[in-house]
Amino acid sequence: MGDIVAVTGNEACAQAFKQINPDVCAAYPITPATDLMQRFSSFVNDGKVDTELVLVESEHSAMSACIGAAAAGGRVATATSSQGLALMWEMLYIAAGTRLPIIMPLVNRALSAPLNIHGDHSDGMGARDTGWIQLYSENAQEAYDNTIQAFRIAEHLDIRVPAMVCMDGFIVSHSIERVEYIDDADVKKFVGEFQAVNPLLDMDKPKSYGPLILTDMYHEYKRAQHEVMTKVPNIVREVAADFEKMTGRKYDLFETYRLDDAEIAVVVMSSAAGTTKDIIDQYREKGIKVGLLKPRMFRPFPFLEIAEALQHLKAIAVLDRADSFGGYGPLFSEITGAVMSMNSKPAVINKIFGLGGRDYLPDQAEQVLDELVTIAKTGKVETIKEYIGVRE
Amino acid sequence: MPSLQDYKGQDPAWCPGCGNFGILNTFRDAMVELDMNPHQFTVVSGIGQAAKFPHYIKCNTFNGLHGRALPVATGIRLANHEQPVMVFTGDGDCYGEGGNHFIHTMRRNINVKLFVHDNQIYGLTKGQASPTSMEGMKTKNQPFGVFSEQMSPMALAVAMDCSFVARTFAADSEHLKAMIKAALNHNGFTLVDILQPCVTFNKINTFQWYKERVYHIEPDYDPENRVQAFQRALEWGDRIPLGILYKNNRPALEDRIPIISNKSLLKQQLNPLKLEETLREFY
Ligand SMILES: Cc1ncc(C[n+]2csc(CCOP(=O)(O)OP(=O)(O)O)c2C)c(N)n1
Ligand SMILES: [Mg+2]
Repeated sequence: MGDIVAVTGNEACAQAFKQINPDVCAAYPITPATDLMQRFSSFVNDGKVDTELVLVESEHSAMSACIGAAAAGGRVATATSSQGLALMWEMLYIAAGTRLPIIMPLVNRALSAPLNIHGDHSDGMGARDTGWIQLYSENAQEAYDNTIQAFRIAEHLDIRVPAMVCMDGFIVSHSIERVEYIDDADVKKFVGEFQAVNPLLDMDKPKSYGPLILTDMYHEYKRAQHEVMTKVPNIVREVAADFEKMTGRKYDLFETYRLDDAEIAVVVMSSAAGTTKDIIDQYREKGIKVGLLKPRMFRPFPFLEIAEALQHLKAIAVLDRADSFGGYGPLFSEITGAVMSMNSKPAVINKIFGLGGRDYLPDQAEQVLDELVTIAKTGKVETIKEYIGVRE
Repeated sequence: MPSLQDYKGQDPAWCPGCGNFGILNTFRDAMVELDMNPHQFTVVSGIGQAAKFPHYIKCNTFNGLHGRALPVATGIRLANHEQPVMVFTGDGDCYGEGGNHFIHTMRRNINVKLFVHDNQIYGLTKGQASPTSMEGMKTKNQPFGVFSEQMSPMALAVAMDCSFVARTFAADSEHLKAMIKAALNHNGFTLVDILQPCVTFNKINTFQWYKERVYHIEPDYDPENRVQAFQRALEWGDRIPLGILYKNNRPALEDRIPIISNKSLLKQQLNPLKLEETLREFY
């Protein structure tokens, strides 16, 4: 067994990078992800890894350099947050469209304007259509475990898709928690040797990446991308099963908590799930049948599996730590999409919470649960979408 | 007549001893001496310690994205070129992330006043190398030292035929004030690179380091001689020249765009009748 340590989410991810020892990391600093790469730099400095680390002049360049290195045949990783991810936007599509398995911890942070450095999911949600796999983490342990699994998932020969590992800025990235590390040798064995697919550096077999495809084949190309994504859930589960054998820690497409016999439930991602679980315990003691579903894999979104897990409920509250202005929260849209396949449909409400690092406090969870109790009783929804934790 | 008090914004959150304090105080002095009221100009910034500048003065401000101050300032000037528009930014912000904008704003020669707090480091993100960091400088993210050659913003600006190129020092307030005023009085894009000690993250280019090297350009120096300016611009090391290294009389962009050359866009009335006339020309 590996060491049990007290570390931050950033530190844990840097440790995962160290154990995996990528060939190339190209990065640009941005709060709160700066500290992750800075810790990794110290491993480079101390000769603990032989990664070529290059600090470039922007995130656009960072992702571009990662793409180049991955296309050349390297195992590649970087990390970013917020505006950094936003600036990478056009390159994210290139990475996914050319099927390069780049790994990127995304330390979730709000987007400007106005300027804010704290955690919410606006950045990640803005990248949900890019073709990257997205795994969200509740705490430092999950951020560490997800990073290690992400390499195995993304590099799987049946898919070769880039992956983001998300954790909440500051709440997870900068808070010290108990984390169980895995032994270096076990991580190495688990992740395996990197296998380059169609590397540009294979001089005997020239390749081209990204040439023009017009109306003749573009549509088919995108359909192929879609089909690859349908293979991801099984691979994520396979990798999780192996991971459990190694560590005893269980992962799936999503986590459920006291959900099986529940009548009402909260769906929420990342660190807020922890707080919600505590409140659920209190309500359970009062005899209220409430449970939780925490999506881990947001892209691809496991519609059918989630529908199956939620279909027995009377009322569901989906908590989004991001908004789609003029629309519903992005997680809500996916959950209602999942509900579409159910025969009898539960009532679903949407709460927007915690933007720009606003604390998600127990009383907010209580307020949501109380509302769900009423909806379950009356079958009536007053307001579908609403902000909670707002200073009036 | 404005007073210093009129310029007081939030309390700065810079480290004690930061070179930015000198720039802030001198700027306020200069504004008062120029009799400029806080509502008469706009300060644009990006992200960084330098870019917090507009928080600490009271005036019209636009605080946007890292690296992107110059395009926003360009837009503001185009809409209302009767007000001075100034950009306060860092070396990372302006020469790194925003390097492309820097080059093209010089080409366009819009009458924006650019002040770069050049501490040769990314201060806000806690000490990574910037484009002006000296080769070999070790940081937590550049453990083997900076491999890239140090950028010379002065030489780049002269090469781009930037219409006003000056360098000054945050701790030399008289000189700094003179440069601020000269820039504001110049018609066209102006670059003032301000050497600014970062007491926390740059342990090489300290106050002492600058102090031992900077000198004022001799009074008979001709800033309109471009070749000579290029030589001065390249001077860095034992001696670093302060002053107006280069200037020219290229027409400013605002003077060349016919529709705004007489009146700012903001002051022009929207005239729908005239629009109809214009449309009719197409039938
Ligand atoms: C797109 C984007 N990438 C990265 C950052 C993080 N960031 C903020 S300021 C900065 C560098 C600041 O350096 P400089 O411009 O020299 O200003 P200083 O703090 O030294 O005054 C960086 C990397 C950001 N805000 N936005
Ligand atoms: Mg700087």
